Amino acid sequence: MSPQPRPHKQIHLAAHFPGVNNTTVWADPRSGSQIDFSSFVHLARTAERGLFDFFFLAEGLRLREHQGRIHDLDVLGRPESLTLLNALAAVTERLGLAGTVSATFNEPYELARRFASLDHLSGGRAAWNVVTTSDAFTGENFRRGGYLDRADRYTRAAEFLATARELWDSRPVDEPPRRVDHQGRHFTVRGEFGVARSPQGHPVVIQAGDSPEGREFAASAADVVFTRHGGLAAGRDFYADVKGRLPAYGRRPADLKIMPGVTFVLGDTLAEAQEQAAEIRRQQVSPQTALVALEQVWGVDLSSYDPDGPLPDIDPDPDGELARGRVRIADPQAVADRWRALSRAKGLSIRETVIETTGRQSFIGTPQSVAREMADFVRGDAADGFILVPHLTPGGLDSFVARVVPLLQERGAYRTEYTGTTLRSHLGLPDPARPVGKD
Amino acid sequence: MPAPHPPLRLAVALDAPHLPPRHDAAHHTALARLAERGTLDFVTLDDRFDGAGPDALAVLARIAPATERIGLVPTVTTTHTEPFHVSTAVATLDWVSRGRAGWTVAASTGEAAAALVGRPRVPAAASTGSAPAPAAEVWSEAGEVADVVGRLWDSWEDDAEVRDRATGRFVDRAKLHHVDFTGRTFAVRGPSIVPRPPQGRPVTVVDATGATGGPDGVDGADGARVEAGREPDGARWEVAAARADVALVRAEDPQTAGTARAALHARARALGRAPGRLLVLASLPVELHSPADAAGLADLLGDWFAQGAADGFHLRPADPGRDLTRFVETTVPLLRERGLFRRSYEGTTLREHLGLPRPASMYALAREAAR
Repeated sequence: MSPQPRPHKQIHLAAHFPGVNNTTVWADPRSGSQIDFSSFVHLARTAERGLFDFFFLAEGLRLREHQGRIHDLDVLGRPESLTLLNALAAVTERLGLAGTVSATFNEPYELARRFASLDHLSGGRAAWNVVTTSDAFTGENFRRGGYLDRADRYTRAAEFLATARELWDSRPVDEPPRRVDHQGRHFTVRGEFGVARSPQGHPVVIQAGDSPEGREFAASAADVVFTRHGGLAAGRDFYADVKGRLPAYGRRPADLKIMPGVTFVLGDTLAEAQEQAAEIRRQQVSPQTALVALEQVWGVDLSSYDPDGPLPDIDPDPDGELARGRVRIADPQAVADRWRALSRAKGLSIRETVIETTGRQSFIGTPQSVAREMADFVRGDAADGFILVPHLTPGGLDSFVARVVPLLQERGAYRTEYTGTTLRSHLGLPDPARPVGKD
Repeated sequence: MPAPHPPLRLAVALDAPHLPPRHDAAHHTALARLAERGTLDFVTLDDRFDGAGPDALAVLARIAPATERIGLVPTVTTTHTEPFHVSTAVATLDWVSRGRAGWTVAASTGEAAAALVGRPRVPAAASTGSAPAPAAEVWSEAGEVADVVGRLWDSWEDDAEVRDRATGRFVDRAKLHHVDFTGRTFAVRGPSIVPRPPQGRPVTVVDATGATGGPDGVDGADGARVEAGREPDGARWEVAAARADVALVRAEDPQTAGTARAALHARARALGRAPGRLLVLASLPVELHSPADAAGLADLLGDWFAQGAADGFHLRPADPGRDLTRFVETTVPLLRERGLFRRSYEGTTLREHLGLPRPASMYALAREAAR
């Protein structure tokens, strides 16, 4: 008898509802509503059928603008996360329910209450992706408006989360409630928290920043990191870096799960999958989208250019700011030089250049090859699992759940049933320390 | 043709303010289904910023997929919350319930709520002693919040989404609008991130009188007392007249309720509104200890209604589990027998239940007019 192989490191999976950017393809006949509740039900139930850890909603608080007008080429319009997740709690039983909510335009007390409410109403399945927003553009929709500098964003977020946890901990299980009296640099919170201790004690906390400050915040306070590092080498470096920061906070490697956001394309053969992937990229980068992508780099109006023609000879305007509500490109001249070089070398048009330089899918192949690559990725400590970002609403995960999940299970890399009822139990996270009573 | 909606409107509060708060979904779902069995127009769930128990809007969102027709009206506070979030949360409740959402506008006058956000912007009056009562300020602000919330709902015209493959345009941006609202304490640029909800505008409810007689500085104790022969006033009352689709009036007799209804309608007319678009429900506490009590209630409601006291009733049971069961099993059938109340739902949205039309977007109307 051969020796039993070491048990496979378990993969965690999450389902990202397709976002309001050009990753989401709306011009496909299979593309359904981005706002009807039935679309959310479809994707959540698919994820639960696939025994996923959680369902994930991003947040947007201002419609993006381009050249001073609302950007109209991508899917837009979405629900308010927490309200939607509470409704999904009624149509799912085990699936974790994760919502992105900015700490910038809320108070610790109100989010502590809203997430504790979701945790109660879902029977312990709530998760909060804590993000901060620094741009005054988004702030124009809010009382509190304004800009926070980068350093302040994380100290504020850290104090925000710590204050929320003080509020959750002020309701111990078997003891009377305690008054909270928090006075910090950013927040002053005094009073009683009205929501009883929720099933998870603390809802799961997700963090999505990539900067050194973001990594440190994750290591100190988050349960899950949502990263962009979809490549194997970069993934390993990131994984080692973030896990290496945990001991300083008295935490074990298993206490923080690292989950890159990834895309996938499946085909019966590799060639078919690659062809399909190229077709999806063409759908994601329409001629109009290609010009807008170019304008974001160049910072000037390029609408007179032919998307099927060559790149502009003019250089980017370093002060041009056409796009708002998007991350700014740090060095437009360098990007323009790189794109022009690529275009010349391969004879690519504007549209082809944009397709070539942006957002190739993370996993492309047969169900077998994708399952193998994902398992290797996790076993190779480049991740603990994946947040899958489908390109179609609402059926974008149907084939993955039907064809890849069984293969992951065969490999022993993925659960064959939910063993617990809470999201913490799915993720293998410790219960938050029981609050110690003050004397 | 019969009237498109039955004459009497009925709503019920699911709260039990004198019982410990319930955190589980099953309790609230069972009550809402019971109300739905009685073909009631809507259920309300009260809340305060510093309230005990789960967030009311969250609870009703959790109930939405477990019910089919009943309207869902949580209380949403406006004083320490962001108007943008209030708008998107209620719009989302309308999406997940497929057109059954409303909200009861509330303001936080209490110091306990202010202390939880460390920003005692409200009780400035307390320190000076001479400033106007904070209730007037926070209710005036609540009116501005209700205003901008409606504008944000309208900021996407109904047909803004075009999915035009030929031009690559997902939306027609001429049909998305900045609201550019500047109130006394906040400004909102817009447009909303949520497409126009199924009802266009979810139903806005205002408790026009509020509870009266409580201690100062506690939320809900800032009510405008309604008395026969005296015109009610105050900022809360004004919000009801200006913004409400449904106003709740707490009154102890049908004459007082009828006076309040007439006064609200007069004020709404003065503000340029059609009084028929403002339904006034008498909000009554009920305790139904026996089937006889429930039958007596049917008599009382029929009597008040016949006297023109109200367009319907909002009942506040002492013990919802007990009282709502008796109400649905005994009171509702009697009202049906008397031809006062529907036997089944005819519409699917809360506006349809109430006989309120679906409003066009104010921006769509303005664009039409400018043509």
